[in-house]
Amino acid sequence: MPQISQFAESWYAASQIFWVLLTFGFVFFVIGRGMLPKIEATVDARDRKVADDLAAAKAAHAAADALEESYRQQSEASRAAAQQAVTDAKDKAAKDAEKRLAKVDAELADKLAAAEAEVSAARTSAMAEIESVAADAAGDLVARLSGVKIAAADAKAAVKAVIHG
Amino acid sequence: MADQGKVDPMHQFEVQKMFDMFHVGNHEVAFTTSAMWMVIAGLLLWVFMIGGMKRQLVPGRWQVAVEGFTGFISGMMNANIGPEGRKYTPYVFSLFMFILMLNVLGLMPIGLFGAHPFTVTSHFTITGVLAILSFAIVLIVGFWRHGLHFFSLFVPHGTPIWLMWLIPVIELVSFLVRPFSLALRLFVAMTAGHVLMKVFASFIIDGLAASPAIGIGVGIPAMALMVGISGLELLVAGIQAYVFALLTSLYLNDAINLH
Repeated sequence: MPQISQFAESWYAASQIFWVLLTFGFVFFVIGRGMLPKIEATVDARDRKVADDLAAAKAAHAAADALEESYRQQSEASRAAAQQAVTDAKDKAAKDAEKRLAKVDAELADKLAAAEAEVSAARTSAMAEIESVAADAAGDLVARLSGVKIAAADAKAAVKAVIHG
Repeated sequence: MADQGKVDPMHQFEVQKMFDMFHVGNHEVAFTTSAMWMVIAGLLLWVFMIGGMKRQLVPGRWQVAVEGFTGFISGMMNANIGPEGRKYTPYVFSLFMFILMLNVLGLMPIGLFGAHPFTVTSHFTITGVLAILSFAIVLIVGFWRHGLHFFSLFVPHGTPIWLMWLIPVIELVSFLVRPFSLALRLFVAMTAGHVLMKVFASFIIDGLAASPAIGIGVGIPAMALMVGISGLELLVAGIQAYVFALLTSLYLNDAINLH
């Protein structure tokens, strides 16, 4: 086994140890201490960037959700307001119509009452006329049949009694 | 290859001296094939990591690959140690990538192009240095953060008083064995895998040398096995690098959080 037998040669161990220390020293100081931290820093920066971007995306997502929610609420509120306005308008229109109807009703009732009063007045006057005409006629009839002249007042009373029962 | 027509499965582990450099005492430090592969691994790793340095917010393919590796290790540190583990991620990451690169480079089929592949991590001098480094860091961090209280690591929660003479000794031994198990596990796994592949390869060569009939009869199943084992070895290369890094992170967790 040369690994053991070569120990007999005076240069073997010294050269091996010298060169492994030299080359590993180079690897440690130049690569391990010099280059590795920079590469790790790059990786860390990337990880941080990715994490930040993810957080930002999450925040944007939440903001979009909130915006959508508020939009939904707004549209709901405006829809309710519109519905309210329609109902109000309907109510108002109904009330107006009622009022107008009531007014017209009142007018009609007034007119009816006036007409009725007129009619009853006419009837009263007609009745009075009929009474006097009937009294005259009764006076005439009595005078013609019996030749007795009766006083106009008596004839009037007699007619009145007949007409009014 | 030791003799003509014979495959020596151990030859691949031999470190060849390429040129001398300087002396430390009476030890000579040379540039070797092993050193060359470590330099190549370090440079390839550096080039690989440069591709991940574009630092784009939306990464390209290369950057994703690099960030996959860094994320894998920092995730492991986070899971095993917690937020305090971040401080030690550079060390564990370097360890993991360096070992992984050396393991994988040793498996590359560059022998087809006449080059000599060599698995640096099949030498316990290499894995030993890395294991001792990890162990030393665990000790330093442990005593730095907890002082002498670090010794409470050897008394697990709920230890009965009458076992106080035994449990800490067992814990101490298992603690002291850590660097050895760390180093030997990687070294043995790499060595065994490459010996296995070399042995199966030698079946084909030796069979063909004996006669064409034996060569085909033995060679085809051996080749099929080789394909399977190559895939397995790639898996082992990754797993062993992972195990080394994982155990280092677990030991660091002991030092930081004291169980």
